[in-house]
Amino acid sequence: MRADMDTNLTRKILVLMARFLSGTSIRWIDSQPDTCQRVYFANHTSHLDAIVLWSALPQEVRLLTRPVGARDYWTAGPVRRYFSNKLFNAILIDRKEIKVHRSPVQLMLREIGDRYSLIVFPEGSRSDGSEIREFKSGLYYLCKKRPDLELIPVHIDNMNRILPRGEVLPVPLLSCITFGPPIWLEAGESKAEFLARARNAVRCLKEV
Amino acid sequence: MPDFGTLGLLGGVLMVLAAAVAAVRFLKSRTDSGLDTAVLASLDHRVRAWFLLFLVLAAAFLLGHWATIALFGLMAFWALREFITLTPTRPGDHRTLFWVFFLITPLQFVLVGLDWYPVYSVLIPVFAFLLLPARIAVAGDYKRFLERTAKIQAGLLICVYCLSFAPALLLLLPPGEPFAGTRLLLFFVLMAQLSDGLQYAWAQLPSKHVIVPTINPHKTWEGLLGGAGTVALLGAALWWATPFDWWMAGLVALVTALMGFAGAITMSAIKRDRGVKDYGTLVEGHGGLLDRIDSICFAAPVFFFLTKLWLEWFGAG
Repeated sequence: MRADMDTNLTRKILVLMARFLSGTSIRWIDSQPDTCQRVYFANHTSHLDAIVLWSALPQEVRLLTRPVGARDYWTAGPVRRYFSNKLFNAILIDRKEIKVHRSPVQLMLREIGDRYSLIVFPEGSRSDGSEIREFKSGLYYLCKKRPDLELIPVHIDNMNRILPRGEVLPVPLLSCITFGPPIWLEAGESKAEFLARARNAVRCLKEV
Repeated sequence: MPDFGTLGLLGGVLMVLAAAVAAVRFLKSRTDSGLDTAVLASLDHRVRAWFLLFLVLAAAFLLGHWATIALFGLMAFWALREFITLTPTRPGDHRTLFWVFFLITPLQFVLVGLDWYPVYSVLIPVFAFLLLPARIAVAGDYKRFLERTAKIQAGLLICVYCLSFAPALLLLLPPGEPFAGTRLLLFFVLMAQLSDGLQYAWAQLPSKHVIVPTINPHKTWEGLLGGAGTVALLGAALWWATPFDWWMAGLVALVTALMGFAGAITMSAIKRDRGVKDYGTLVEGHGGLLDRIDSICFAAPVFFFLTKLWLEWFGAG
């Protein structure tokens, strides 16, 4: 009980710090925060992306939302382990060894059950921020298995200038997170079509 | 405890603003008032932002000079992040920007708080000016080098260096009366904000001669002259709060209004070039903090040096 309260307090402090440091303005465009099961998928340019997106959600949604991260990054060192394990309740994916029966998609589906939502970065790794990379196919297989999940495109702007690839110290500029209207996998839609449409949904949010 | 004059001025400003907030609220609640709702909404945001600004200032004043300096330091920090966010920089500038935000900005305000005038008056225009380009050059990216350097230097000068002269007013006056500096700073902020508001109000006159249509269609000659004139009269009427004679108080207020205009039009030009309307989203409906304090940034150093000259020439008498 005591430990839970401490964790909650640490979470709140972390959220405040993340919001201050990244000066995030949060916009919901044709979209509303909701505790129903969702997949938030966003562009990826910085190590701070997951923290900042997670912090941008209202508290009751945040508690039900689990970021998906790379095991090698989030288990390196006690601080990252504490963050991913205790604070975010993250789902960690093994990037090195992908087995057929224990595929990342299977793992995600098992972990969310009928309760949790996900934060994913379908580009796979961080880009330099100039152009969103092609999406990996995991998002498609996830929807194929669970077509009921709402897919919320999220655009994270300017984080690549706050903490770019290869830098350790952040520069406190202002960023903007835009949540867009949900999309679903259409019946008979091919993998390539769907992934292109999803990527475009994120890209469009930059302009609104 | 501050003296009667300081408290009276501060309390008076807060009361007028509170009354204004209530009046605008009342007008907004009445749908049959026949007033333009967009104008009312903008007015509502303005008076609420001013009320907030003076409330925070009042709290900082009562907590002492370090609290006030810290408050202006935070404002500079936030204004600078709005400025740099709008300014295209390249990955090679990242580490330089880290020093700009976490070393130079706090250092400037600490020096102001320690009243080390010979150092804080040259820290940014000389030392930061020379060291920043060298640090960026060391990072090895030469693309648009001069342009990037100049933008970071301009941001630092406007948002940090110029703004730091406002809290420097606290320590400018000769010791003796403990709250004279607080009153002077309050007088300055009041004149700068009044000039913003009065220029806006005078610009509502039906006959409009826009000064620079390509940059800011809301700034008119009527607004500038009417606003600056009214501010000069109000400044002269408040001479008792300053170390000046009545005519000098009016003159300083006039210069503050003109510099405020210079700040607003300069920042508008930068915003136009970047294709945005406002600098950020800190004060709801108000764009950014920088949109609110651009006039203070431009007027502060000029106000500071006018006061310094006045004290050197007439201070003894």
